[in-house]
Amino acid sequence: MNETAIVNVTGEPLLINPNKTFADVNAEVSAPIERKPGRLWWVFFSISLLLTLQFAAEITYQIIKGVGIWGLNHPVGWAVDITSFVFWIGIGHAGTLISAILHLFRQRWRTAINRSAEAMTIFAVMTAGLFPLIHTGRPWFAYWLIPYPNWRYLWVNFRSPLVWDVFAVSTYLTISLCFWYTGLIPDFASLRDRSSGWKRGIYAVLSMGWRGSERHWQHYERAYMMLAGLSTPLVLSVHSIVSFDFATSILPGWHTTIFPPYFVAGAIFSGFAMVVTLLVILRKVFKMEEYITLHHLENMNKIILVTGMMVGYAYATEFFIALYSGNPFERFVFLNRAGGPFAWSYWIMVSCNVLVPQVFWFKRFRRSLVVMFIVSILVNVGMWFERFTIIVTSLHRDFLPPNWSYYKPTIFDFSVIVGSFGFFFMWFLLFCRFFPTISMAEVKQVLWNAKKTAGKVPASATEKIHA
Amino acid sequence: MLELPFLKPKPVRGILALYDSPDDLLNAAALVTEHGFRNVDAYTPYPVHGLSEALGIKKSWVPWVTLVMGLTGAALGLTFEIWTSAIDWPINVGGKPMVSLPAFIPITFESGVLIGGTMTLAALLLACGLPNFQVPILDRDLTNDRFGLFIPETGPAWNEERAIQFLRSTKAVDVRVIRG
Repeated sequence: MNETAIVNVTGEPLLINPNKTFADVNAEVSAPIERKPGRLWWVFFSISLLLTLQFAAEITYQIIKGVGIWGLNHPVGWAVDITSFVFWIGIGHAGTLISAILHLFRQRWRTAINRSAEAMTIFAVMTAGLFPLIHTGRPWFAYWLIPYPNWRYLWVNFRSPLVWDVFAVSTYLTISLCFWYTGLIPDFASLRDRSSGWKRGIYAVLSMGWRGSERHWQHYERAYMMLAGLSTPLVLSVHSIVSFDFATSILPGWHTTIFPPYFVAGAIFSGFAMVVTLLVILRKVFKMEEYITLHHLENMNKIILVTGMMVGYAYATEFFIALYSGNPFERFVFLNRAGGPFAWSYWIMVSCNVLVPQVFWFKRFRRSLVVMFIVSILVNVGMWFERFTIIVTSLHRDFLPPNWSYYKPTIFDFSVIVGSFGFFFMWFLLFCRFFPTISMAEVKQVLWNAKKTAGKVPASATEKIHA
Repeated sequence: MLELPFLKPKPVRGILALYDSPDDLLNAAALVTEHGFRNVDAYTPYPVHGLSEALGIKKSWVPWVTLVMGLTGAALGLTFEIWTSAIDWPINVGGKPMVSLPAFIPITFESGVLIGGTMTLAALLLACGLPNFQVPILDRDLTNDRFGLFIPETGPAWNEERAIQFLRSTKAVDVRVIRG
């Protein structure tokens, strides 16, 4: 690994091997699309397809029978459904963070991972969107959530955070799709120019006739920047609005002002963990080790460490304020979380989200694939339980003891959880098979910089012009 | 491109030079306007910085669309919320004022982003004249590892020989006459 010895002006190792050519980038990124998928792909795809099918069966049965087939009861009216909704929306946030925020901050290492992270965002938001629909119990009335002129002359209640959620999530999905598609246009053009026959036709339509003209690039780069600029506050708003679903209620444990930043940090934390999980597999299965290097993964692990500590800080603040507030109900909720019947969930959350990521203080672990894979999965387990803890422990014991109950998931609750993972991975695997998983155009830009830094090309001719 | 009867390819005439490196292209681009060639375009696999300045291509107007449409979207969102909640059917919800401005801000913001973002993509496509399946692809490697400089045939003063000679004098690996 002699290329890691070369560093650029900021002291970072090169993002890509400077000995590669531009044509190598196209050939290697397109390879998984052009060859038949391997056995490993089929194994993963079959499993996720099966899980998706049982998910569809569960949803069908649940629509026929009603939401009562889940373990929901009188005080616990929201459980696995809303937990999974918040979880999946949160997963999506890392994709936007990588593609938009890191773009604005000129973090070049994003180029190898932004495409797959954005894809993850879209599939995670699609998965998340299913949950509010099925949990309404009568999803065929879901269009009531949209303000449309109707014969009752009635509009939606714009003061309700649940309506804000509808707007936030649908805007998020739409804008993420626009952003993703904009990034894909030049790569579809590359694929078009590599392929022949009907495939060429499909990629020609998808690329819309992109030719890489400088007049077009000029508009393209500015438009991409604008979309990044819009997505940045958007991603922060989405999880803030999701947290308003809870924060604007009067339930102890939900009614807190810390929720918006706490939810956003948690979302980025879990999303980065999911990106690491996916990329560790992706780079192995599709042999992308030279593009998604240990340096990229290490950077992500650093973000996991930072956001994990933010989340830990939020847990501590929340607990402290509850004890310090002097409000007996607030205090009770938190003591009940840590020592009540759902203490197991609380301590899974704390150990997975606060303790486990601390291993990333050590460079050895930040660069170890096995360690990061295990940590990333544990973080996601922890983040799922964070939402479960917030939702269920606050609901199951509110102000009046006669109202108290316990929540026991049924087999159908487990079915939707694993089903949602199957659904998500099914889309992601299809994406890996048909779309370029790495932004070829952006990597070429990084590659040229790497070549210059490593002295692989004659000293810059451009400098002569600008001088 | 797409060989469909109703999509007749548009004729393109001019001289195309291909380069191996973006720096060679930049060098040639810096000289091409000095030599009096007009409407020169470059084709690159990725955005090469400094190229549009060298070719004298104006800055994109797309960001203005984002700004104007973003503000329009936000204004429309807020107006719609106020109209439905306070004018069309005023309903007292929890004693809140009819125009509950703080509660209306999230959707105001989201509509601004939604309209601003979708219109940015629409403006990009409009600005680039996409989708466009009629203009021929000059070389398949222009989206791969080649960098092209294209001097279009312009007006009666067009001197093909001069364009070819100029492009040959740069570090072009190939110079082609395009008569599409």
